[in-house]
Amino acid sequence: MDIFIQQVMSGLATGGIYASLALALVMIYEATEVVNYSQGEMAMFSTYLCWSLLQAGLPYWVAFFATLVLAFVGGVLIERVIIRPVEDAPILTIVIVCIGLLVILNSVAGWIYSYIQKPFPTPFPGEPFKLGNIYLGKHDLGEIGVTLVVFVLLFVFFRFTTLGLAMRAAAQNPVASRLVGIRVGWMLALGWGLAAAVGAVAGMIVAPVLFLDPNMMGGVLLYAFASATLGGFTSPGGAVVGGLLVGVIENLVATYVSFIGTELKLTVALALIILVLLFRPSGLFGRVTVRRV
Amino acid sequence: MPSRSVKAAGLILLIAVACALPFVLSGFRLFQFSQVFIYAMALLGLNILTGYNGQISLGHGAFYALGAYTTAILVDRAGVNYALTIPAAFLLCLVVGFLFGIPALRLEGLYLALATFSLALAIPQILKYFEHWTGGSQGIVLSKPKAPWGLPLTRDQWLYYLSLAVLIVLFVLGRNLLQGRVGRALVAIRDNPIAAEAMGINSALYKSLAFGVSAAYTGVAGALSGVVVAFVAPDTFNVFLSITFLVGVVVGGLASISGAIFGALFIQFVPNWAQDISKAAPWAIYGIFLIVFMYVMPRGISGSLRLAWSRLVRPKR
Amino acid sequence: MTGRRTVLALVLTLGLAVLAAPVLAADPGVTATEIKIGNTNPYSGPASAYGTIGKGIGAYFKKVNDEGGINGRKINYITYDDSYSPPKTVEMVRKLVESDQVAILFQTLGTPPNSAIHKYMNEEKVPHLFVATGATKWNDPKNFPWTMGWQPNYQTEGKIYAQYILKNIPNAKVGILFQNDDYGKDYLKGFEDGLGDAAKKLIVLKQSYEVTDPTIDSQIVNLKNSGANVFFNITIPKFAVQAIKKSHDIGWKPTHFLNNVSSSLGTVLKPAGLEASRGLITALYAKEITDPQWKNDKGMQDWLAWMKKYYPEGALDDQANAYAYTVAQTMVHVLKQCGNDLSRANIMRQAANIKNLELPLLLPGIKINTSPTDYAPIEQEQLAKFDGERWALFGELYDASKK
Repeated sequence: MDIFIQQVMSGLATGGIYASLALALVMIYEATEVVNYSQGEMAMFSTYLCWSLLQAGLPYWVAFFATLVLAFVGGVLIERVIIRPVEDAPILTIVIVCIGLLVILNSVAGWIYSYIQKPFPTPFPGEPFKLGNIYLGKHDLGEIGVTLVVFVLLFVFFRFTTLGLAMRAAAQNPVASRLVGIRVGWMLALGWGLAAAVGAVAGMIVAPVLFLDPNMMGGVLLYAFASATLGGFTSPGGAVVGGLLVGVIENLVATYVSFIGTELKLTVALALIILVLLFRPSGLFGRVTVRRV
Repeated sequence: MPSRSVKAAGLILLIAVACALPFVLSGFRLFQFSQVFIYAMALLGLNILTGYNGQISLGHGAFYALGAYTTAILVDRAGVNYALTIPAAFLLCLVVGFLFGIPALRLEGLYLALATFSLALAIPQILKYFEHWTGGSQGIVLSKPKAPWGLPLTRDQWLYYLSLAVLIVLFVLGRNLLQGRVGRALVAIRDNPIAAEAMGINSALYKSLAFGVSAAYTGVAGALSGVVVAFVAPDTFNVFLSITFLVGVVVGGLASISGAIFGALFIQFVPNWAQDISKAAPWAIYGIFLIVFMYVMPRGISGSLRLAWSRLVRPKR
Repeated sequence: MTGRRTVLALVLTLGLAVLAAPVLAADPGVTATEIKIGNTNPYSGPASAYGTIGKGIGAYFKKVNDEGGINGRKINYITYDDSYSPPKTVEMVRKLVESDQVAILFQTLGTPPNSAIHKYMNEEKVPHLFVATGATKWNDPKNFPWTMGWQPNYQTEGKIYAQYILKNIPNAKVGILFQNDDYGKDYLKGFEDGLGDAAKKLIVLKQSYEVTDPTIDSQIVNLKNSGANVFFNITIPKFAVQAIKKSHDIGWKPTHFLNNVSSSLGTVLKPAGLEASRGLITALYAKEITDPQWKNDKGMQDWLAWMKKYYPEGALDDQANAYAYTVAQTMVHVLKQCGNDLSRANIMRQAANIKNLELPLLLPGIKINTSPTDYAPIEQEQLAKFDGERWALFGELYDASKK
């Protein structure tokens, strides 16, 4: 029983990593109907900015919030300068632009900061808590906590504020939104800015565990996609649940199904997602779109 | 519009030139061009599915891997002649692709893209797991075949001609498919699936078929790559390969046969040029290339050429 | 319409055809004033952290050139990025050999990339020297006389740990964590072979991970739970830190063998915690650059001076930069030994004729030796235990060539 709980806790911690990036992905999708392939690299780059601030001597939380601001501004700029010219292009064209962005950010980070991994401080240091036989790492708990806080903030923002509503409207029906007076272009930019900030949080929370290097978010991005797919790309709550589920299921399958073991862990996680999609094509909590003729 | 005889003459000239190249280029360049032909086949495959039929696949690297390993396993473990592995890969991927197409019917746009993305992600792990067949992470080493029937060709020249020949065959097949009823059905399903069904097109059948044929083309490309590179290893067939294919198809031009060649040239040569331009951050240059391409040619190279041509040739009044 | 665009497509193809007619020189890649050395390294992609080796080698060759070169010739070092992708490696290597006309290939990195060019290099009879991988298959002079490795291979290291366990830990219950690729599997094979028949009995659990996995915490939990009291840790630095930390956090204290790849004090033990790392055992063949015991060592100080002058952007705590320095020194030694005959055949002959070469950053007592039947330059390693401050060497110098 102990091992089960320990693996679940471990899975939740890893899942928290996936969930935090998945949130950023879903956010951009909600706000702009674009799947941003460079989300992971944007998060990684923001984390490097934080690292530079820390190297310059700023205390952790100052650097943290400064990075959020920088990331937000960066996200807005990227949308206005790089995405805007192809806003009306076919969806695949935008995807390629995002891929271009991914590759540029990765390469520039490697060029400026080199590819050697760097340690990154955690705001939750110290020995793990011990509950009976179960060990709960302080940082792991902190990770899950921060992800949940970000999720709640986003939920409240989108559901209960005018700005949030305007952003959702702009994404779902730009024409009607313009008619109502919403500045659609700026809503999109805001969406990217917010998503970049959320991604930055993900990066900074994840870096103490993964070590900071330009390829840090590569693996996480893949799992984040899987998580958002499972939870439903149109549901931030789904992204979080999806992430936690992926983390837990991965661990449990690897532990208990011995013929699969760890050598097919990733495959199993992905197979599960495809299975879910067959029964619920829009993900567990996704919105089912009805198309009218 | 140029007349049919002019077009035919142009095509023949082109093929003649392509056939003459091996006597002018070095082995290394021939290797590069063989890769271009191989990519072009894979991109045409992906284009059938994504460009003509609107089903976005981010997992075509999986079929490429399947084709490559079919060749590797048949040649290395079963001593089969490499030439026979190419139609074998075609058939195998046709069936597997079709079977894939069936559950894919339930998934729309974004979710299909992500499901295929997941497939691409899992491929290296699956390949490593079945170590006994696939050689695991060490991969399988093959030998580059010599020219058959005592032809006075070097191995590079022979493989170049082989790739070119297969490419022409696949292109002709593809052209007949896409410019006829099947192609029109695929495009109709892409543009307005409900109307297409209403007109009596068996959407499910065509969509699955599109998947199958698309996979078959990419599988053949993979098989040939196994022969030309003479080495297969699981980590080569990673997610980045599938993404590269998508890049090639979009840059070359969706729903276009010639787009496959443009795209193949792009994904083969632009990374090399980027390295020549900047040793420090070559992929940043590549990324800039990509973005600029999309700004200037949002419908890909062939799309933009089509546009430019139609502007040049004004309709007679 | 399709025809016209296809015409344009292939015209572009033609336009791009760069004619490179190779001119066969008597000694390819060699002139009176220079030697061309080719290399591929992963400067981008998942293995890009190793790209510092390719850069470090370039920096060392620059030092050699500044000091007059080798027998009057400067080294012209050409290195390309292959992103650790075998098809790209094949392309870049063919470019080096056929287009750039290099004399030799040196320190091409990675097992899959080198596997892809293995046959080609031997068919073209181009020296394929000191490849940067620990796989065992590069020591095969009978079938592949033009290919040679350099570092002690992974299987040998695995065997050393296995034999130590057999001799010193009679009630061992072994748990293994390994990276699911050629590197991890190679170590595993050596270890299992070293245990021989006892392997099935002694190994209680094996756990693998992929390089793309974020954490290996779950695997550590399973290993602890299996009751293992010996832990063979086959991980790259990023995951080694996690493994050491997590084991410590969950109170699991096995006899912990850490593979040489992750033995760096500065990049692994320190982040994991020096206390948590106490008791770790590894096998070393080189001086660890962040280990305080070598602070006043002349070889170490020379290395530091070289880093500061020629490779200032390189990290001073990355063992890969010591590796680059030492392997480059080996190459320079071989070229010097060639005298004025820099034909490919002679370079290969001299590479297979290194006698008792001692280099400043190798552990005292370790000598590089090769012969026409022995293509494994470094075969000696020494066990070391971390005492909280340094890697304390113990036991005798293990020599694989004597087994």
